[in-house]
Amino acid sequence: MNESLGKPIDRVDGRLKVTGGATYAAEYKIKNLAYGAPVLSTITKGRVKNIDIQQAEKMPGVIGVMTSENCMMLHTPSGSDPGSGKFAEKDLLPLQNDRVLYGGQYIAVVVAETAEQAEQAAATIKVTYDEQKPVVGFEANFSTAYQPGSGLGGAKTQEKRGDADAAMQSAAFTTDETYTTPVYSHNAMEPHATIAEWNGDKLTVYDATQSVMGVQGLLSNILGIPKENTQVYALYIGGGFGSKGFTWANTLLAPMAAKQFNRPVKIELKRQQVFSAAGRRTQTQQKIGLGAGVDGKLTSIKHDTISETSFVDEFVETAGVATSMIYSSPNVEVKHSLVRLNRGTPCPMRAPGESVGMYALEVAMDEMANKLKMDPVQFRITNHSDMDEQKKKQFSSKYLKECYQRGAEAIGWSNRSAEPGMTKQGNLLVGYGVATATYPANRSASSAKATLFADGHAEILCGTQDIGTGTYTVMTQVAADAFGLPVDQVKVKLGDSSYPKGAQSGGSQVSASVGPPIRAAALGAVSKVVKMAIADEKSPLYGKKEEDIVVNSGRIQFKDHSNTSESFTDVLRRKGLDKVEAQAKTNVSTRQQQDAAPAPDGSPEAKIEAESKTNAAVQADEKTDRKDYVFHSFGAQFAKVLVDPDLGTIRVEKIASVMDIGTVMNLKTATNQIMGGILFGMGMALMEETKYDPNNGRIVTRDLAQYLVPVHADIPEIDVQFIEKPDPFISPIGARGIGEIGVTGMAAAIANAIYNATGKRVRDLPITPDKLIA
Amino acid sequence: MEEKDKENNGSSGGTTRRQFLGQVGLAGAGLQLAPLLAKATGILPDNEALPIEPITVNIMINGSQKTLTIDTRVTLLDALREKLMMTGTKKGCDHGQCGACTVLVDGRRINSCLHLAAMCEGSEVTTIEGLAKGDDLHPMQAAFLKHDGFQCGYCTPGQICSAVGLVKEGRAKTDAEIRELMSGNICRCGAYQNILAAIKEVQNA
Repeated sequence: MNESLGKPIDRVDGRLKVTGGATYAAEYKIKNLAYGAPVLSTITKGRVKNIDIQQAEKMPGVIGVMTSENCMMLHTPSGSDPGSGKFAEKDLLPLQNDRVLYGGQYIAVVVAETAEQAEQAAATIKVTYDEQKPVVGFEANFSTAYQPGSGLGGAKTQEKRGDADAAMQSAAFTTDETYTTPVYSHNAMEPHATIAEWNGDKLTVYDATQSVMGVQGLLSNILGIPKENTQVYALYIGGGFGSKGFTWANTLLAPMAAKQFNRPVKIELKRQQVFSAAGRRTQTQQKIGLGAGVDGKLTSIKHDTISETSFVDEFVETAGVATSMIYSSPNVEVKHSLVRLNRGTPCPMRAPGESVGMYALEVAMDEMANKLKMDPVQFRITNHSDMDEQKKKQFSSKYLKECYQRGAEAIGWSNRSAEPGMTKQGNLLVGYGVATATYPANRSASSAKATLFADGHAEILCGTQDIGTGTYTVMTQVAADAFGLPVDQVKVKLGDSSYPKGAQSGGSQVSASVGPPIRAAALGAVSKVVKMAIADEKSPLYGKKEEDIVVNSGRIQFKDHSNTSESFTDVLRRKGLDKVEAQAKTNVSTRQQQDAAPAPDGSPEAKIEAESKTNAAVQADEKTDRKDYVFHSFGAQFAKVLVDPDLGTIRVEKIASVMDIGTVMNLKTATNQIMGGILFGMGMALMEETKYDPNNGRIVTRDLAQYLVPVHADIPEIDVQFIEKPDPFISPIGARGIGEIGVTGMAAAIANAIYNATGKRVRDLPITPDKLIA
Repeated sequence: MEEKDKENNGSSGGTTRRQFLGQVGLAGAGLQLAPLLAKATGILPDNEALPIEPITVNIMINGSQKTLTIDTRVTLLDALREKLMMTGTKKGCDHGQCGACTVLVDGRRINSCLHLAAMCEGSEVTTIEGLAKGDDLHPMQAAFLKHDGFQCGYCTPGQICSAVGLVKEGRAKTDAEIRELMSGNICRCGAYQNILAAIKEVQNA
């Protein structure tokens, strides 16, 4: 058998990426392409009174100016079909009226022959407004907080078991503190970009998106064109981190302008525009109350989160969603409420919910360990949850205790002084911190097509995409093993909406979702070849049973008799076939709320479902009983920091992360993913913050000189380890997604290390030197 | 420094300082600086669409001579991406803060978004597309691939060009020095540790 899964092979798209050959959304060579330059609102609330486009229209190269006065009307997305993508601002389809509901909102798009001409013309446009008093300031508007509906994937926003208040009153030890996190901006290196080209009533869109299928569904829905006339490509995406998960106005404005001016149009956002018009993480205030007995056992957990959303959509950062399952406690109460502000709409950002929620909870855990005079690692082990006590279900697999042990060893936990401020390295204070990491292991329905060619190579088509996570690579490994071929004989194609529907790149779900149908489709294609051989008198395998046939390096053979064998190529050539195809859909969801309705009759999806009924791998996978389990990944994250006591500057010296994420599909890409998550968490803890002007509500930190992200010079030594035990229930592959969990414990681990170094508890992120020496 | 270069180039190209600053300022590359300059000097016309005379520049790009007739406002980055369709060089911020557009001009690493194409007359430019020799990757490209020095790949061409420039400069001796001197190249995916490993391997080869 070929076994490439688990091997640290180089990225299959790596060569293209290191030679500049990978093509991102804005980089397609389109004949007669025109350039669109957006004009954004300079007020935060009001109405557009007038847009003076006269001068712009007369400027050299200008083709036209698209405004609410002259643009096409759009259809409101129905929003009922979860597979059709999510438009980020459902009540603010672009340019449909004169309302301004946040600063940096689209007002117009200038289209010209060159980008320079479009931008200069855009700068001459004079917009007059009827300005109204905006709702600005987070804390100032707490009095308007309301209880939202459900969160992402139908997550409950209010959870309760036992009586947390009563338990708090009788607890031997209590902590009750407030933690705040600012607005964060994803800042994927590739700014959002869309190219749209119409050919009659057919639309082709090249988009920077985490969901080609979602964009196809939305464009069809909002522009009112059939899905089959809507082709979306995203072959390479320059990072997303959630910002390209929901669809933003640029994806609509390009086809609108292309239609209006009868030219292919490209809209590529400026870095500054990305801050207001393409998503962000919400601001939060979280109150955490913990009660514990003298034995160190938690008796009560309260987690009350206020976050904010816009006036044009509701996004809930479910910060407390992990709180109900991560530790054992008879009494838990989790609440979320929202205030509305005149800001652009927040959206998922790497580990939505857990990233900020686990920060607050895990700092609170550190505070309680301190009160109990208990080692923080021991305190967590003491309160380890053996099952999800809220849902009353078992975890599909969980090796968190081993994560703590290995992580403690890796960071040198035994060198930590329980008393803060006691350890010095030269002039610098040394501190160690720990936090638990967790993220749900999501899996959703996905499909794929496999083709075995007579020349011996194979191909997979799947309508998911690789946003940098390594999907091309790990899926090549999955497919190669199923085909029984070496990886260089397998080509995985993604990022094309004409392929069978694959999962959105979000919620750490791609590997768990598309791996099984890719594997099943490949096995299905092999099975077709085997069936041909055993029914063919000319085959050495004639008359054998299918279950007695194994595949190895492009050959099918009778069990252990390698002499009784022939190649795929032999079978197909004898039959006069140039290829054999198989499609598979695995209709498995780890989120009970998600509706797994069958595809409409006659649709391509229905054809795949029908074929899947005879696919043994799909049937075995779908038959696995999952209803008694909840699916989560776990990890333990440790930080060692050095703090200058005079200047308050913080240097993270080392990070150790031990992750329990099921099967490791590729050690190289998996380690890289976790490192990326760690640095996202480090940015969150120490430097990142999107600031708003307290008077006019506009974003102040609109570039990478003011919104700081970790750079080379900030990077500590990073030790990433994995438990490497397959999840027996999630899929036959046993892998849970890992895109997000790396962030979840990191900010708290660093915050706790800073406390251990200095004895100062800063409960307001980011922890900047000014707060530390204040 | 940057402004001074532009000014000199603008004058020699036959454009007045006043026109040039107006054009550059509005083109976006100098978007933040232009209003301040305009206010200070009173040079920015209020309601005047300036005629843009295209100019011709000769640039040696990856060993091949290119003659471009372009708008004076076109940055080297946009000349590469939009005029020559050499999209290997990436646009991450368009104003010198992220390093994704790093190329080598006369052997020196620069942000091509802060460099006007018009300033490159007679220059030798090396981009990511010019590093490999046929199918043989440049050692730095091979090292990035081997050490997984990227994820999404968008900052990668800039990181690699910057790393090639860094090794040539010969200044960085320690890990900390490499990190410091590579800090103009942001990787949001966070592959920094692997990039460091790749650079060290090439440096020590």
